[in-house]
Amino acid sequence: MSIVLSIKNVDKTFGGLHALGDINLDIEEGKTHAIIGPNGAGKSTLLNCCIGRLIPDSGTVEFDGKNMIGMQPHEINHAGMVRVFQTPEIFPDLSVLQNVMIPALAKRDGTFKFNAFGSLAAEKGIEADAVHILEDMGLKAHIHKHAGSMSRGDKRRLELAMGLVQHPRLLLLDEPTAGMARHDTNRTIDLLKRIKERGMTKIIIEHDMHVVFSLADRISVLAQGRIIASGTPDEIRGNPKVQEAYLGGAEL
Amino acid sequence: MIVPSIRNDWVIMAIFTAVVLTAPLWLTPVGAGYPDLLQKFAIFGIFAIGFNILFGLTGYLSFGHAVFLGVGSYTAVWSFKLLTMNVLPAVIFATLLAGVFAVVIGYVSLRRSGIYFSILTLAFAQMSYNMAYSVLTPITNGETGLQLTMNDPRILDGPAGQGLPSTTLFGLDMSGYAGFYFCAVMLIIAFFISLRIFRSPFGLKLLAIKSNQTRMKYTGFNTRPYLLTAFVISGMYAGLAGSLMAITDPLAGAERMQWTASGEVVLMTILGGTGTLLGPLFGAGIIKYFENIFSAMNDGRLHEIFSFLPDWLENIVVAITGEFVGDGWHLTLGLLFMIVVIFLPGGVVEGIRRANGFLRRLVQSSGTNTATLAAEKE
Repeated sequence: MSIVLSIKNVDKTFGGLHALGDINLDIEEGKTHAIIGPNGAGKSTLLNCCIGRLIPDSGTVEFDGKNMIGMQPHEINHAGMVRVFQTPEIFPDLSVLQNVMIPALAKRDGTFKFNAFGSLAAEKGIEADAVHILEDMGLKAHIHKHAGSMSRGDKRRLELAMGLVQHPRLLLLDEPTAGMARHDTNRTIDLLKRIKERGMTKIIIEHDMHVVFSLADRISVLAQGRIIASGTPDEIRGNPKVQEAYLGGAEL
Repeated sequence: MIVPSIRNDWVIMAIFTAVVLTAPLWLTPVGAGYPDLLQKFAIFGIFAIGFNILFGLTGYLSFGHAVFLGVGSYTAVWSFKLLTMNVLPAVIFATLLAGVFAVVIGYVSLRRSGIYFSILTLAFAQMSYNMAYSVLTPITNGETGLQLTMNDPRILDGPAGQGLPSTTLFGLDMSGYAGFYFCAVMLIIAFFISLRIFRSPFGLKLLAIKSNQTRMKYTGFNTRPYLLTAFVISGMYAGLAGSLMAITDPLAGAERMQWTASGEVVLMTILGGTGTLLGPLFGAGIIKYFENIFSAMNDGRLHEIFSFLPDWLENIVVAITGEFVGDGWHLTLGLLFMIVVIFLPGGVVEGIRRANGFLRRLVQSSGTNTATLAAEKE
């Protein structure tokens, strides 16, 4: 199996707080890798270091054999690493369809293209792509709605659609089901399973154990900025160290 | 439908062209059907449309767009002095040079956003204004303003005849209605370009930057060049407007760059409706129209208007309203602006939309009323 993303010796401190300490993680192609851990364990910090929102104090993040540290967020996006945000970072003033067309345009137009005299109405291919993904997400009925006026759950799904429409090599999902009702969560799990069948590599940060054990091929456990265990779901389930640190000794 | 919404851009352009070209006819009844004022509408319309491409689409509020207006005017007058009285080269050079200035000012100012961007542009504008007044006097002729003289070379026109020449378009004198129609054609072109930008993928990306710039970066867009392009386009619009001012009256002064001029275009855009296609044009028209009416009024005219009142009351009313006309017309403008911003945050265009919705409901309810009446009769 080839390694898509390789995180090596990443350290990050905020003031006196050691947020990440000597993180080493390899993500295999086509796999869904879950990162779990209690609040404040450094999960989001790790994701932010991957997509250029934060710069680690030391270490490297290699994507496809290329170091991503110091690259701009838009360059990392075009390298093929796309993040889906935990709190919906959508374009609230645009329509749902436009929200998905924007990332599709990014994929086609690159970081900058001056197409001020082309007609948006003539972008049938881009529009069809966006509509297709929105159908998948069950958002077809909302296509012409203002994105800002949707429910939180719908916004989360829109957020996911915006990531998927770019067909990234690696999708980073930050708690994709947080704040969703149970049936919405199950729907999202089904959807992510289908994506997995298409061979998209994913990193998922998640609190919900149901989601993690339904989707993950591998799980890494973060606690206090360190990876305390890494392995298949079964290995993690049986790991006494994990149960101690994260699950508080409860049976899984 | 009372006001049908039009989807086809070519229909919009056809109607727009017809409305602009027939403006002298339909603006005469309201006392605005003369070339000087019509030309002002067109010029400030172009200025505001261009400003709206930056402010309306990206949300970046520039407080220094008058710089480009000034650059446009100076360039046009220099073109008249050095090259030819033909207006076409003047317009082209002015637009291009304003674009160059916009690249420099935009490049620096766009390193910040929000209020800091506004202040940076304001600082640039005031700096340019003061430089035009002082150190750049050889280029700008300082306080007097840049004017045509008898010793100008005008290398393409050959030796000058009697008196100062006037601006032309290949021999056609640019005074009166010819001048207006030249500006009107420029306005139509400017509006067309703005329409295309609004309807383009580029325009959508600008709107997305306004909506959530951070997200744009993580979506794979380098937002800085997008913003700079929008800034330069709107700067070029201002340069074009500035050059058209010089066509009407071949004279350029530093006061054209002052912050009040920058503020005026902000008022026009907000008053008309930020981010809408036609709003800025309405705003420009309304402000210039009222400026024309109110600033020309004086106490004598007010006494005439209020002569139906008893003398003592007439004097009081005139004393109060007198503060709002003539030089004090900015008080009226301020009031108008406050009323619009408080009650119609979307500007005049939102007002039209609301009125349209209201009329539609009225027609519908009266329709159902007659229907129930008819049903009762049976």
